Amino acid sequence: MSRKETEGACFEKREQVDAILAEYEGKKGTLIPILQEVQNLYNYLPREALEYVAERTGVPIAEIYGVVTFYSLFHLDPRGRNIIRACQGTACHVRGGKSVLQALEKELGIKAGQTTKDLRFTLETVACIGACGLAPVMQINQDTHGRLTPEKIKAILAGYR
Amino acid sequence: MQHIRAHVLVCGGTACKSSGSQKVRDAFARYLEEYKLQDEVMLVETGCHGFCEHGPLVIVYPEGTFYCRVTADDVKEIVEQHLYKGRIVERLLYREPLTQEQVPNYDEIGFYKKQHRIVLANCGEIDPENVGEYIAVGGYEALGKALTQMSPEQVVEEVKKSGLRGRGGGGFPTGLKWQFAKASVSDKKYVICNADEGDPGAFMDRSVLEGDPHRVLEGMAICGYAIGADEGYIYVRAEYPLAIKRLRVAIAQAEEAGLLGKNIFGSGFDFTIHIKEGAGAFVCGEETALMASIEGKRGMPRPRPPFPAVSGLWGKPTNINNVETFANVAQIINNGAEWYSRFGTEKSKGTKVFALTGKINNTGLAEVPMGITMREIIYDIGGGITNGKKFKAVQIGGPSGGCLPESMLDLPVDYDSLIAAGAMMGSGGLVVMDEDTCMVDVAKFFLTFTQSESCGKCTPCREGTKRMLEILTRITEGEGREGDIELLESLAENIKATALCGLGQSAPNPVLSTLRYFRHEYEEHIKNKRCPAGACEKMLSYVIGDDCKGCTKCARNCPVQAISGAVKQKHVIDQSKCIKCGACMAGCPFKAITKG
Repeated sequence: MSRKETEGACFEKREQVDAILAEYEGKKGTLIPILQEVQNLYNYLPREALEYVAERTGVPIAEIYGVVTFYSLFHLDPRGRNIIRACQGTACHVRGGKSVLQALEKELGIKAGQTTKDLRFTLETVACIGACGLAPVMQINQDTHGRLTPEKIKAILAGYR
Repeated sequence: MQHIRAHVLVCGGTACKSSGSQKVRDAFARYLEEYKLQDEVMLVETGCHGFCEHGPLVIVYPEGTFYCRVTADDVKEIVEQHLYKGRIVERLLYREPLTQEQVPNYDEIGFYKKQHRIVLANCGEIDPENVGEYIAVGGYEALGKALTQMSPEQVVEEVKKSGLRGRGGGGFPTGLKWQFAKASVSDKKYVICNADEGDPGAFMDRSVLEGDPHRVLEGMAICGYAIGADEGYIYVRAEYPLAIKRLRVAIAQAEEAGLLGKNIFGSGFDFTIHIKEGAGAFVCGEETALMASIEGKRGMPRPRPPFPAVSGLWGKPTNINNVETFANVAQIINNGAEWYSRFGTEKSKGTKVFALTGKINNTGLAEVPMGITMREIIYDIGGGITNGKKFKAVQIGGPSGGCLPESMLDLPVDYDSLIAAGAMMGSGGLVVMDEDTCMVDVAKFFLTFTQSESCGKCTPCREGTKRMLEILTRITEGEGREGDIELLESLAENIKATALCGLGQSAPNPVLSTLRYFRHEYEEHIKNKRCPAGACEKMLSYVIGDDCKGCTKCARNCPVQAISGAVKQKHVIDQSKCIKCGACMAGCPFKAITKG
């Protein structure tokens, strides 16, 4: 894609992406923070936005794709409004983390890694969120829920619209 | 001046917050006002006290009364009884699990009695979002002392003499690392704090960052002065939002107070610190991968040498230490190397923070002198195994560590004896397992983790862990073959010897250590197709015994209609339909269903 074409690139929230790029202009090692902020904007990384970032920063799109797919916190598909991260760390594993995950999957009707059709929830697993004292735990957005049992899941999910 | 006669400390660590400490804090604010105590009782939100199992925690000073599992509904009573009338609210006190005795005071609780807190000294005692409180307890004195009374050589020498070793797992002597970075000649050098605490089961770094962030900043600045660096990075996991927030506040306050930035203490020394958020990759805890990630690349390790001390971040000499390592530095400079080296064993000096988790009564963080036995940590501090079950193993050191059995419980915990026993200090996660935990399943669990987190750069780790996982999976599914154990051993030895980075080299440790101490469990799975712990689902079957009264409850609970039988007649499970969910056993009022 030539410079001319992207200058006219038209996609949602382009001004905000421009603002993010301006903030990091001229600094080193900024690709990951740029991607993190762009992702905060859309909740995922849309292809057009990535192509635009590639063009503007001069980092080849292949390299950006390499970075995005390397780190587990970057996502190429739209995600739910609420992100559930069910912990499958060691402490949670020995205290029944798996049955909590199964309860979440059953309640939401999706598997780990998927998003509900109404985009209300995305269910993910995480290797450890460091709240092992409360195992088994899950994080919904920024909230940590601990001492879980499969029976508690329904009521907790009801609190997120 | 107003007179403060009492302090109420409410824990604001991640664990207590998720147990509702915010509501407790708000309730205190409301009731202190209602009882007109707000001018004489100070309410402080602190970092983690470490006793997460019993959160939300509230400590009332000057008495040091320790209230646990406090809810917002209890607050009125504490304010009215304790703060207003001076009577302790006994029902909220901690009870020792073994004796059921109530313990009113913080420092008399078994969990705290055997601890020696150097790194965690301020955690839970000060407001982490107020630099003034850190300074009031001696904060930044060590930085001042280093900058105004010591030469960089003297700082390096002091850290060397203290015997401090890297707390991130490797155990490399910190002073020596600093000396190498100092010896490199360059116009630019960097200090990096590794806060990418990725080991499942470890959360000491998170608690230090949340509870006492300035201590880490101070340690980094002292390091910067010692090696000649003027810029530092803290690489924090994005999974730790509260730690990131508190670090941002701390850096801003320290800069405001002139404790970071230009010309610190008028010494001409400049030091700035940036935060880099991780993006979710376990391998970034490895130092060369971490630097690649800061540079904005895929976090893959590279061969060493050159070591970071020679060519690190952006090719410049760099010193990387872990959070807990930096958190020790200020105390060493303040109190001297000799003081510090009095704690611990001959080759492992000082203290270590352990995260106690799993099937243990007192989960949380405990800081103990090196050389204490595992038994003391698990029983005296940890309060023993939950539900009176039998201890089976303790996993130490995360995915790079190993599982130690009962016979190793009297082992003194230090770097070298753990390695000799087939485990490693790692970051200090201790996951306690009881008789219901299958050791082959645990080995499979860790291999699943390392396999999915393998960065894929070197073949031994990428392919080797995959093959090992396949073998472990078939063993746990009852498809194990004669010769599988030997194959696992030979793969493990090869990966250990040839993988590129420390993570790959240590990935086989959970398998090797379980094979060393629990070989019979592997054999039982392979030869008799039986899981002795009753944990491997595929090998399990549920059977209804003669105690069955024919109440039909299990048949109704079964999600796949695998149970049949007439009313008041003994029921039967159709094993071909059973999905081994255990719902029948959990719901049976007569305990007539067993698994085996």
